[in-house]
Amino acid sequence: MSTPHIEVRGLTMAYGDYVIQRDLNFTINRGDIFVIMGGSGCGKSTLLRQMIGLHQPAKGAILYNGVDYWAASEETQASLRRGFGVLFQAGALWSSLTLAENVTLPLREFTRLPKDVVQEIVALKLALVGLAGFENFYPSEISGGMKKRAGLARAMALDPEILFFDEPSAGLDPLSSQRLDELILELRNGLGATIVLVTHELPSIFAIANNSVFLDADTRTMIASGDPKLLVEQGPDKVRHFLKRGLSES
Amino acid sequence: MSEARVQLEGDARERRLVLGGDWSLQRPQPRAAAMLPGLANAERLVLVAHELGSWDSSVATYLAAVLRHCGARGIEVDQRDLPDGLRRLLALAFAVPARPDARGLAPRKDYVTAVGEASVRLWRDLPAMVEFVGEIILSFQRLLRGKARFRRADLWYFIEDAGVRALPIVSLISFLVGTILAYMGAVQLALFGAEIYIADLVGLGMVREIGALMTGIILAGRTGASYAAQLGTMQVNEEIDAFRTLGVSPIDYLVLPRMLALISMVPLLTLYAGIVGCLAGALVATTVFNVGLYEYFNETIAALSLKHVVVGVLKGTVYGALVAYAGCLRGMQCGRSAQAVGETTTAAVVLGILLITVSASVLTIVFQKLGI
Repeated sequence: MSTPHIEVRGLTMAYGDYVIQRDLNFTINRGDIFVIMGGSGCGKSTLLRQMIGLHQPAKGAILYNGVDYWAASEETQASLRRGFGVLFQAGALWSSLTLAENVTLPLREFTRLPKDVVQEIVALKLALVGLAGFENFYPSEISGGMKKRAGLARAMALDPEILFFDEPSAGLDPLSSQRLDELILELRNGLGATIVLVTHELPSIFAIANNSVFLDADTRTMIASGDPKLLVEQGPDKVRHFLKRGLSES
Repeated sequence: MSEARVQLEGDARERRLVLGGDWSLQRPQPRAAAMLPGLANAERLVLVAHELGSWDSSVATYLAAVLRHCGARGIEVDQRDLPDGLRRLLALAFAVPARPDARGLAPRKDYVTAVGEASVRLWRDLPAMVEFVGEIILSFQRLLRGKARFRRADLWYFIEDAGVRALPIVSLISFLVGTILAYMGAVQLALFGAEIYIADLVGLGMVREIGALMTGIILAGRTGASYAAQLGTMQVNEEIDAFRTLGVSPIDYLVLPRMLALISMVPLLTLYAGIVGCLAGALVATTVFNVGLYEYFNETIAALSLKHVVVGVLKGTVYGALVAYAGCLRGMQCGRSAQAVGETTTAAVVLGILLITVSASVLTIVFQKLGI
C-alpha cells in the first residue's frame, strides 16, 4: 500500500481573515498513532475538526486513501465519514440515551444486523473499554473518565478505520489517563485502526505516538513533524524544549 | 469476499471450531447460539483460524459468546491459532469483570402504577412549589435591604428582552383580539342600534381583562419558556451548583432579576395591549359600523374609570410574577440531560398558563365581591 492513509497538503486554516495556521503538509500511514501537538490556542482542535469534516479549510486538501475529502461529492464524504470514529473532548454522549443506546445508535443506523446481534456487539464494545454491566446507566450517572471510555466505545461502534481523539486525557487523573493510553494502544493493535489524537499530555505522547506534527502559535505554521521520540533529540529548539519538559517532569 | 462461516469438527471430548471466510459487521454472520449445543460434552475447544480472511469486531463478538459459554461450563479453550490482534481484543474484553450489580432497564410500568406515581409526584411537587415561593420572598427581602447580589446588566437585558422585544407580538395579538371583540359585540349591539357601545365593550374588555390575559399568555410562551431553558441548561452544566459553592444565592443572582423584569414589564405591556385593543375597536367601529371617531373616543373615556385601569395593571403584574415564577421554578428543577431541558420548558409553559388562568378566575371573583 503506497498511498498514505491520510495526507494533508498545503492546508490553511482561517476564521474569516484571521489565519490560524498556514501551509500544513504531513502524511499519516496506516496503523500510525499520530499526535497533533502544540501549545494552547495554536489550532490543534481546529485542525482535527477540519479533518473530521466539521469545518471546511480555507485552502489546501485533506486526502483519505488518495481521495480529497473536501472536493468529493456528498455521498463520498458520507461514506468516508463512516470510516471515522471520533471521541470528543467531553465524551459528547447523548445525555438522554443510556450507554448501550449510545453505542447502539450508529450500529442501528448503518448496519442491517438483527437486534440481538447488535446487543451482543454493544456488550462487547462496552466490555472492551471496561464498562461491562454499565449498559443501562445514563451518562449523568457515571464519572468523567467513564464517560470518555463510553465515548470511545461509541466511536468504535462501527470498527472505524480511523479513530480521532480530541484531548483524550483532559480532565483525567494520571493513572486513568495512562490506562486510557494503554487502551488506545491495545485497540490499535487489536483492530488495526489508524489513530489521530490532539493532546499536550507529554507522557501520552511518548507512550503511544509514533508520528506527529508540531503546530506553532507564533509563526502560525508547523515547525516539525515525525516521531516524537526522535524530535526530542533532533527537532527545532522550540519542539525540544516543549518535549523535554515532559521528560524531566515524568 | 467469501461468506463468514464456522464449522465444528473433532471428537466429542476435544472439539475444533474452524473459523473461515470474511467477517464484517456490514454482512450477515453465523450466530454463536446455533453452535453452542454442539459443545455439550466437550472438555476442550480448539479455535482454528487459518481459513479466516478479513475480520472485524463481528468475529470478536462471536468468540466472546463462545468464551463466555465455555468459561461457565469449565471447557478449556485453546486460542493460540487466533490472529494476534483478535486474541488481544478478547483478552481486553474479559480484562475488567462485569459490574456485579449491573442493572436492567427499568421495567415497563402498568397503568395503575403509572397513574399512582404521577399522583405522588404531583403531591410531592406542591411543597417544592411553596418552598420556592418562600425563597423568592426571602430574596425580595434581601433586595429591599440592599443585600441581594446580581448583575445590574442582567436585569437590563431581561427588561429589554421581556419588554421591548415583546412589543411586536403583543401589538399584533391585542390588535387582532380588539378587532374580534369589536366585531362580536357589534353584531349583537347592532340589533338594538347601539353600535356606540362597542367602545364600552372593547375598552372595558381589553383594559380590564383581556389585555392582561393575552400579555400573560404570550409571555408564558415567550419569556417563561426561555427562562426555563436558560436555567435548565445551566443546571445541566452544573453552573447553578457553581453559584451555590461560591456562596452566591442562585435565587438572588438568577431568579430575582428575571422576576423583577417581568413584574415591571408586564403591567406596561398590559397597558399597551389595552390601548392597541381600543385602537383596533375604533378602527372597526368607524370604518365598518359608521360610528364617529370622536363619539367613540368620548364613549371610551366615559366607560373607563381609573379603577378599571388599575385592575387591569394589577392583574398584569400578578400574571408577570406567575410566569417568571413558573419559568424559574421549572428551570431550577431541571434534570441533567438534553431531554430534561425540553421537558422543563414544556412544564414551565404549561404551569405558567395554568397559574394565569386560575389566578384570573380568582381575581375576577374577588374584585366582583369587593365591588371594584
